[in-house]
Amino acid sequence: MSDYVVPLKTYVAVFVALLFLTALTTGVAFIDLGSELNTIAALTIAVIKALLVILFFMHVKYSPGLTKMVIVGGFFFLALLIAFTLADELTRTWSPQVHGWSMLIPMLHSRF
Amino acid sequence: MADMAVHHAQPKEFQHQFEDMEQQRDAGTFGMWVFLVTEIMFFGGLFGAYIVYRSLYLPSFEIGSRLLKVNFGATNTVILIASSLTMALSIYAAHINRKNLQVVFLALTMLLGGIFLFLKFAFEWTADYHEHLIPGFGFIVRPEWGAAGYHVPMFFCFYFFMTGLHALHMIIGFGILAVLLVMAWRGRFHSEYYAPLESTGLYWHFVDIVWIFLFPLLYLIGGRYVIGGGH
Repeated sequence: MSDYVVPLKTYVAVFVALLFLTALTTGVAFIDLGSELNTIAALTIAVIKALLVILFFMHVKYSPGLTKMVIVGGFFFLALLIAFTLADELTRTWSPQVHGWSMLIPMLHSRF
Repeated sequence: MADMAVHHAQPKEFQHQFEDMEQQRDAGTFGMWVFLVTEIMFFGGLFGAYIVYRSLYLPSFEIGSRLLKVNFGATNTVILIASSLTMALSIYAAHINRKNLQVVFLALTMLLGGIFLFLKFAFEWTADYHEHLIPGFGFIVRPEWGAAGYHVPMFFCFYFFMTGLHALHMIIGFGILAVLLVMAWRGRFHSEYYAPLESTGLYWHFVDIVWIFLFPLLYLIGGRYVIGGGH
């Protein structure tokens, strides 16, 4: 039902919620929860704000399933981009250092 | 002949390849979202690079983050959210066939977008320049940053590229809104036809969402609680 008219009070309620969340995320940044928890809090609030904008301001809640699928698909590929990049970057030091064949040369010298 | 009768019942903006106005609207919205998905990936590359380098040089990125002016960041967030509301309300005005209200809300959206850009360029970036925080334009690595100071310019490169690309999108949006303002003034939009408003609204809200993520990532997650970290 794309021609559904979103009522005025929904827009105002979403706007007030967005203002509240902006104040909350700014306030939380001034409280020391530990670097990791601060980051998680800031990003969680950002995701909630983005969802509010997408669902109500962008009318996605009232959009056909095809449109919803494209949006979910878009964010899925963004998640893939970031997840695979981090899967490489953050695990580079996990495996033991692999040495080349040249490490064998002193050993070979002692044999012959 | 039956088809002709159906088509005559449609508004003049109706394109003959569609079944009805609802299908035409859905197709337009769908197309706009396909474009926005490419925009998600466009900004996504920068966000991905930011995440990787932040994980590699966390202390440098935290120093850089604390040097940004959080009051400007927060004020601009509020301004952009308000402009998203007025954009949505201009579409609402088209729904209820109020021409003057569309014009007023579009003008308000442009005004708020203009204030955002004015604050960013005239105050925030100017202050950054005077504090020698723009890489390539007399950036000065301060001794109190220690070893982490070496990678602080990298944070500022990300900051200026990401907010700059966002600002470029807002300037483009500002231009499109100016065209819409004239169209709305001439009474082109009504409850049966408002596709340009709807598509531009989606774009404007998308730019808002990008800022919703840029604000915490750049201004906040370095931690604002460090004493003397505010400068």
